[in-house]
Amino acid sequence: MTIMECAGCTLIAYGVPFSMFVFTIAHHPFRVIISMTSAFFWLLSLLLSSFLWFAVVPLRTQLAFAVPFAVIFQEIFRFLFYRLIKKAEFALQRVQMQELTDKGMVFDRFAVAYASGYGFGLISGTFAIVNVLSDMTGPGTLGIFGHSQDFFIATAFLTLCVILLNTFWGVIFFTSLDKGGIHRFIGPGTVVLTHMLFSCITLVNRTLTPMYTISLIVGYAILLGMIIYTVVLRGFNLNNIRQRIN
Amino acid sequence: MHRLIDDNQDSPDEMTELLKSQDNDTIIDGPERPNITNLPDVAIIQTSTDGENISSNAAATASSHSRVEAIDPQDHETTHRHRRNEQPDEQRPLNIEHEEIFKYGASHVVKLFVPVSLCMLIVIITIKTTSSYTPGGATWAYTPFTEDKSTNTQRILFSLANTFIFMGFVITATVILILLYKFKCYKIIHGWLILTTLMLLFFFLYSYFSSISASLNRPIDMITICFITWNIGAVGMFCIHWKGPLPIQQAYLIFMSALLALVFYKFLPDWTGWLILGVISIWDLIAVLCPKGPLRILVETAHERGEQIFPALIYSSTMVYMVTAVDPPPREPQFAPDNVDTNMAVNVDETLNEEQRNQRAAIRNNNARRQLIPRSDVPQTATRREPARYVVERSNSPVIDDDDDDESVKLGLGDFIFYSILLAKASALGDWNVTIACYVSLLIGLCLTLLLLAIIRKALPALPISITFGLVLYFSTVYIIGPFSAELNLGQVFI
Repeated sequence: MTIMECAGCTLIAYGVPFSMFVFTIAHHPFRVIISMTSAFFWLLSLLLSSFLWFAVVPLRTQLAFAVPFAVIFQEIFRFLFYRLIKKAEFALQRVQMQELTDKGMVFDRFAVAYASGYGFGLISGTFAIVNVLSDMTGPGTLGIFGHSQDFFIATAFLTLCVILLNTFWGVIFFTSLDKGGIHRFIGPGTVVLTHMLFSCITLVNRTLTPMYTISLIVGYAILLGMIIYTVVLRGFNLNNIRQRIN
Repeated sequence: MHRLIDDNQDSPDEMTELLKSQDNDTIIDGPERPNITNLPDVAIIQTSTDGENISSNAAATASSHSRVEAIDPQDHETTHRHRRNEQPDEQRPLNIEHEEIFKYGASHVVKLFVPVSLCMLIVIITIKTTSSYTPGGATWAYTPFTEDKSTNTQRILFSLANTFIFMGFVITATVILILLYKFKCYKIIHGWLILTTLMLLFFFLYSYFSSISASLNRPIDMITICFITWNIGAVGMFCIHWKGPLPIQQAYLIFMSALLALVFYKFLPDWTGWLILGVISIWDLIAVLCPKGPLRILVETAHERGEQIFPALIYSSTMVYMVTAVDPPPREPQFAPDNVDTNMAVNVDETLNEEQRNQRAAIRNNNARRQLIPRSDVPQTATRREPARYVVERSNSPVIDDDDDDESVKLGLGDFIFYSILLAKASALGDWNVTIACYVSLLIGLCLTLLLLAIIRKALPALPISITFGLVLYFSTVYIIGPFSAELNLGQVFI
């Protein structure tokens, strides 16, 4: 029973990202490395946030203090990763050439943005759920003391939301910075604002009987918005899509 | 078997020369396998840029660590370059260098990611499912002091003592290996290597199966175990020391590294383990980079002689052994295989007499020397130029293909072992955040090392960067990130 639940939640949280990995990242060693490196950057940002949380001892239980700073640190590290990629672009171009020469493509910025967002999201979601998953296989269940029984499944869905959100945030962030002009402020600004919104909404989950529907709905609504924004940013519009479908 | 391709047919002069120069008659499968058995576990990374041949870090393997060493291929560079475009070394344009540096970058890194991850996966799965590989219980000869001390200072002192004793063994074995290599005692080295892999494959495998069946509470009869062990062990001996398909050889090397890492993990006391990881990284750094370092001496000696470092103790992503034969400059050093210290098989129930102790130390050092040597072999341009020569190389691909990735990256098996030990200790807490953080940091360290290798093109130690990242991230995750993450998980707050 508990193994079933664990397997179910694992598949909910990791099903879509795993497929994304298999189809878009696994066969491109360059993207694997970019994802891994951006995951490492996320870990560093988490380290900084944890230092801050750890240092301010009296506010340790008041997560409302630590969460905005965590979000800000994450976005700062996303920006730092962008700068790193930009600096190394010449060299990276050579690295990527091996896989792209047969396709005749140029340095694929979209792939880098996508892989970096994916790496961020994967490690972020993993840190959020993996301990919960391993506890899930033990004996017992939730809800005995009046807590919500939907803890596990809500966590799984929220993790999926986080992973996908981070992927799209990555694409929006990098693409907007590449475009320049007004997009340099709109894109990252949108990312930071929606990230902050999402994380602060999940703070609502801390009450005794949380209404997971709030954070879930808000999270997926933000995800939908990010998908649309990404699609618009990348230059698709309704005509393009119609042409592609037909 | 794949390796039988063109061993005898396509024999450039250099190859025959190399063959003649070998004392023992190691069967020449794809890789030239010198009889050097004692490889330090210096991982040697060699980048072969255009015209560069990977110098062997045979000497490197002498050190008990795995080190990544890049051999400075400048000699070969010149030759190749002259052949290619008549340009002198100095006038080589920078962009070509960049091209060569990064041309073989990403896929090689991933080719190393996969085996390292597999090794770690085997170790972690074994630890999580069986209980007999947990530390505590028996001690072994290399770390004789226990850590059950009353005060912390005492504990640290005894751990330091343990560490130095261990390092003493490692350094001794490295020096012995280098001496043997220098005096061309190839038979001894080869015999040592065979003995260690024999012990590893049969004895450790047997105890592995026994502990698995004990932990899973499923009795297996003696006949089945002997049958399975005999088969796996015999095929392993073939694949590692003779010819065999590349994936099977790689699988055996990975599995042996995992077994060794498990034994290490079982017998190393807690604090001693951390100290050993730190000290061995420093030793790796010293031995590979200092001019008088043993591994460096090994590399240079192998370079001079144009020999290959023992392939048996090196994980390589393709059959690169032949490369040395192919490359015109006979001085292309080859990696001597590390000696795998099969001395890990410590039967704590027996009282070890002096002889057994020494033997075990030797075997262990051999194992310690096992290291994977990242190695990019002869660059593609050279390949295209002289396809015939690469026939010998491509033991695994019967068809000479210009697009074939003839560059292979090699990593010393000792690197595998110590990475897996670090991850095993990280997973001991049961907190998966720690395990994943250490895993990511180890892989990033490996990535950085390979990048540095590509830029610097010298032998580089594989351990320091990764282990440093791993240790830093381990302690910070356990003490700082862990509580924060637990608080977040409890309230389902997603940052």
